[in-house]
Amino acid sequence: MSAATATELEVQSVVLLRLGDRRFGISANQIAELAAPSRIFKFPHRSPGVEGVILRRGRIVPVCEVAERLLGKKISARRFYLIARRRYNTHTEWVALPVTGECELINAEITSAGEHDAAHVAGWISHDGDVIEVLDVTALTTPLEARTDSVAEARP
Amino acid sequence: MRLVPRPKSPVLQAEQIILFRVGGQLLAISSASVQEVRSVDSLAGAAAEIKDSGVKKVRHLLQREEQTLFVVNGTVHFGLPLVPGTLVFILRQTRTALLVDGIEKMTSMTQLQALPLAFCHEERLWYRGLTSLDQTVVPVVSPEGFLTAEELQVLEGTLAQRATAGAELAEGGLQA
Repeated sequence: MSAATATELEVQSVVLLRLGDRRFGISANQIAELAAPSRIFKFPHRSPGVEGVILRRGRIVPVCEVAERLLGKKISARRFYLIARRRYNTHTEWVALPVTGECELINAEITSAGEHDAAHVAGWISHDGDVIEVLDVTALTTPLEARTDSVAEARP
Repeated sequence: MRLVPRPKSPVLQAEQIILFRVGGQLLAISSASVQEVRSVDSLAGAAAEIKDSGVKKVRHLLQREEQTLFVVNGTVHFGLPLVPGTLVFILRQTRTALLVDGIEKMTSMTQLQALPLAFCHEERLWYRGLTSLDQTVVPVVSPEGFLTAEELQVLEGTLAQRATAGAELAEGGLQA
């Protein structure tokens, strides 16, 4: 396939996660760790989509609720936190994404996202007969109102 | 997949902090930022009510020497359930007196982590950062974060209007 083709295919390691009934993928190079649920600390703030913070190996990591954006509803059941790397303009920070099932590491060919895909879709993979969205952690955890500036700036 | 060992945080000198509650929420403030702690009862005569200050969280003024301080209701500021305040922190080098539920304890912190960038709204002004104490995360408030420049401007305007109205009233009384 030509490098200029819109739907470029490349084999990458992808972490498959489960949210409710659906599965999503995140490129493994954006993932730091899968962690057991721990106490969430909440305090007053105005940032939508941020539930609070957890303490993980001495670090304070924000918990970003992404189910509402991905499934259209919140999920109460959570079994793990997927600790992912979220890019900002000058550096990277960890964010904890609550997931409802065990995660799986696979190698898959990623089809690039099309121009009509949502901003949080980095691409698509086909696995076990399903077509699965590969998520862009930075776009996914950027508040909708801030998305136009910060995601554009954060992208390499 | 394992986390890379955390790079050593810059070692901070222990900083004395006051753990206090606002609307039931545990918060911390540097002791050095608090000039004085007064009970609400002891300020009953010294505080003047200012109902229409233009800033919802400010309902009272305190006259301290030559300066007028604005009493910020902590629960309104943080959007927490209203709990009657019992103490007022007079904050050093600000125009703010902060109404709080009460003091939990005094302690010290040796680490202050910057607020993660996922927090991207007013809280970035409210907090200096987060600290972990006894496996609990506590936000450390910024004394300057209770009143913005715009809010101070509105409050100053209200004070000026009150002064003008007071002067006119006094003048009218004299003429009568």
